[in-house]
Amino acid sequence: MSPTRGELFLAYLRIGLTGFGGVNAWARQLLVERKGWLSDQHYAEALGMGQVLPGPNALNCAIAIGARFHGGAGALLACAGLLLGPMAVLVAVAALYDQYGQLPLVRAVLTGIAAAAAGMVLGTAVKMAVKLRPTPLLWLTGALALLLAMLRVPLPLVLLGLAPLGIWAAGRR
Amino acid sequence: MSEESDLHALVVSFLGLSLISVGGGIAVLPEMSRLVVEEHGWMSQLHFAKLFALAQAAPGPNIMVVGLIGWHVAGAGGMFAAMAAMCGPTSLLAYGFTRLQRREFPWLKRVERGLVPVAVGLIAASGLLLAEGTVREAPLVLPVVAGSFLFVWRTARSPLWVLGAGALFGALLLRP
Repeated sequence: MSPTRGELFLAYLRIGLTGFGGVNAWARQLLVERKGWLSDQHYAEALGMGQVLPGPNALNCAIAIGARFHGGAGALLACAGLLLGPMAVLVAVAALYDQYGQLPLVRAVLTGIAAAAAGMVLGTAVKMAVKLRPTPLLWLTGALALLLAMLRVPLPLVLLGLAPLGIWAAGRR
Repeated sequence: MSEESDLHALVVSFLGLSLISVGGGIAVLPEMSRLVVEEHGWMSQLHFAKLFALAQAAPGPNIMVVGLIGWHVAGAGGMFAAMAAMCGPTSLLAYGFTRLQRREFPWLKRVERGLVPVAVGLIAASGLLLAEGTVREAPLVLPVVAGSFLFVWRTARSPLWVLGAGALFGALLLRP
């Protein structure tokens, strides 16, 4: 079963607006489990492509899925749906922050949320690392990426050095 | 700096960042903070961590933090310019790739397997940098970082719970 253009747009609008903490998990649940437009494997392929190509991976994934159903128009509708809702929310958030961001209570609350978000990112990293069950060489690749990023080495250099190492290591089993 | 040169710097920064952003929005945070905090001096590390937290608490892709940075630097125009620079060219690239051919790419799997560990290392670095930015300003929040880390790692519940708990902790204990 495949969606009409309107259904595609509305699905992505919903994904954008409900996707707290990153949209990929929400997108999979709606498109694969609830709507049945895609098989698990097709979704995983689109997401994998989105992650390997440069750019925001949720967006790349939306483009691949939109294009799959309705070509260029589908890609555009999926992108627009995914970004329009969150952009509108963001304008409101940014305006409120400008207005009230310096109030002591707001500053305190935001510092608390920032600390929680930092822990959340760390937790996500460990969860991903455990789930990957990497080989020792891939562990080393990840650890080097962590170290170099902490040392503030510019990312282009980090990728130039570590992408070949990782891809080479991934080919050895 | 004039508004125009800020806009220009925003577009150039995020355009460059988008082209090397492999592994998603959070993996490029260290580079983003290097550009935004150190190279351009647009904000402090704590402010950067707060904008990231705001973007996380709002719905949408992780990359929305780019819009908030753009807004902070150059208002609504900055928000749209930064988002367009971050999303536009790579979207065209992704579209081109999907049109190119529809068959399987066996090498894609291997590239993915090799790049995911790099992304995970970068995501861990993002977490440490964000934690450093907040803990340095407010050492009291260390247990929030640790608690949220354990919660997200060990449970499958929505991260909104820890963001809410962090907000409550801040409201009760961090008010000057």
